Amino acid sequence: MLPEDWQIVWFTTWVSALSVVLIIPPGLAVAWLLARFRWPGKSLVETLVALPLVMPPVATGLILLKLLGRRGPLGGWLHQTFGVDIVFSAAAVVAALAVMSFPLLVRSARTAFEEVPHRLEDIARTLGHGPWNVFWTISLPLARRGLAAGVVLAFARALGEFGATIMVAGFIMGKTTTLSLAIYQSVQTGDDSHALRLLAVCVVMAFVALWASEKLSRRRECG
Amino acid sequence: MSLVLENIVLPLAEFTLEVDLKLTAAVTGLTGPSGAGKTTLLEIIAGLRRPQQGSIRLDGEKLTDAGARHFLAPEKRRVGYVPQDLALFPHLDVRANLCYGLRHDEGGLLEKVIEVLELPTLVKRSIAGLSGGEKQRVALGRALLAGPRILLLDEPLSNLDDRLKGKILPYLHRIRREFAVPMIYVSHSKAELGGLCDEVLVMREGRIQGS
Repeated sequence: MLPEDWQIVWFTTWVSALSVVLIIPPGLAVAWLLARFRWPGKSLVETLVALPLVMPPVATGLILLKLLGRRGPLGGWLHQTFGVDIVFSAAAVVAALAVMSFPLLVRSARTAFEEVPHRLEDIARTLGHGPWNVFWTISLPLARRGLAAGVVLAFARALGEFGATIMVAGFIMGKTTTLSLAIYQSVQTGDDSHALRLLAVCVVMAFVALWASEKLSRRRECG
Repeated sequence: MSLVLENIVLPLAEFTLEVDLKLTAAVTGLTGPSGAGKTTLLEIIAGLRRPQQGSIRLDGEKLTDAGARHFLAPEKRRVGYVPQDLALFPHLDVRANLCYGLRHDEGGLLEKVIEVLELPTLVKRSIAGLSGGEKQRVALGRALLAGPRILLLDEPLSNLDDRLKGKILPYLHRIRREFAVPMIYVSHSKAELGGLCDEVLVMREGRIQGS
C-alpha cells in the first residue's frame, strides 16, 4: 500500500463516518415516526425514504447534482448566502453517501423501534414521564442494538457507494476520491495491481462492518 | 378518595363499553368474565385509551372530558397502573425500576417501600433473574413510588401459582395498611377479592352489572 492509498482509505472512512453521523438524528426521528404513529402522508414519506434503495444510484446522484449545483435551488441558495459550493467537493461526497445510506438506517431503526413493546412506553408514562423522556429512557435504550446494527449497515453502504458520488462529486484526486472511485479509475487506466490492493482493503472493511452489524442483530434476537 | 366516571362510552370489537360509576371505597374489586372490558376500563382511567364519550374526575380534578376533547396525559394523572404482564423495564435493574417514577424522596418513601415489600436483597439484581413473585413485588413497589392518588391492579396474581399467590397477598394487605393508597383490584378470585376489597363490582360485556 502506497501513502496515497492510505490517504484514500482514510478519506473514505471519515466521509462515510461523517455522513452516517449526519443522518443519525433525522434517520432516528423518521424511523420513530414511522414505527410509532399513523399520520397523513406516512406512505408518501415511506416511499420517498426508500427511493434511493431502488433507484439507480447515478439517477439519485443526478438529482443531487441538480439540487446542489450552483443553479440548483439548494446549491444556489448556499452559494448566494454563504458563498459555499457543494458539488465536486468533499461535502458533495458526504451528501451523496448520506442520501444513499439513509434508507438503510431508517429501515433498521424502524424495525428496532417496532420491537420495543408499546406496553413499556405506556407504563413509563403512567409513572410520570412525558413522551420525550420515555423515548430517551425506555425506547432508545431498548432499541439500541438494532439501532447500532443500522448505523453499522449504513456505514458499510457508505463505504461502497459509487454511482451517486461520481455524479455529484466527480473524481478529483486527493479531494473527492473514495475507494470505489479509485478502484474504478485504476481499472480504467489499466493499473490492475493498484485496483486489486484497494479491492482487498474494501473487502476487509466491508467484511468487518457487516460482521459487526450481523453480530449486533443476533445479540438483539437473543435478547 | 372519589373517582367518578360519568357516561363513559367506548365501542369495542364485540360490544360497547358503557360505564357510569362513582367509587369512594378504599379498595374496590372488579371482577367478571375474560374480555368483559375490565382492562380497557383501567386503561381509560390511566389515560392510555380515550373514550368516545364521558368524563372522569379524580378527587374533583377532571382527568377526561371527551366532549371537551380534554384528555389529561397519563404522566400528569398520578394514576398508578400495574398491568397483568407487569411491564417491568428489562434494561434497568430492580432499583432503577423502582426509582423510575420517584421524583422527590423526601419522606424516605423508597426505604419504606423496600422494607414493606421485602426487597432489600433484590435491589441490585437484574429483572431477568427475578422469580414471578419477586417481579410482582417490584412492579407494585415501582407503581407506589410514583406517588399515585389511586392504584389500578390488573389481575396482579393471575400469573402466579397458589403457593406464590399466598405469599404475595399479604404484601397487598400491607400496601393497603401502610400506604393508604386507594385501589381498584381486578381479579377472578373470590378469595382475593373477599379478603382485600371493601366492595366488589361485576362487569359483563362492558357494563357494570352489580356488586
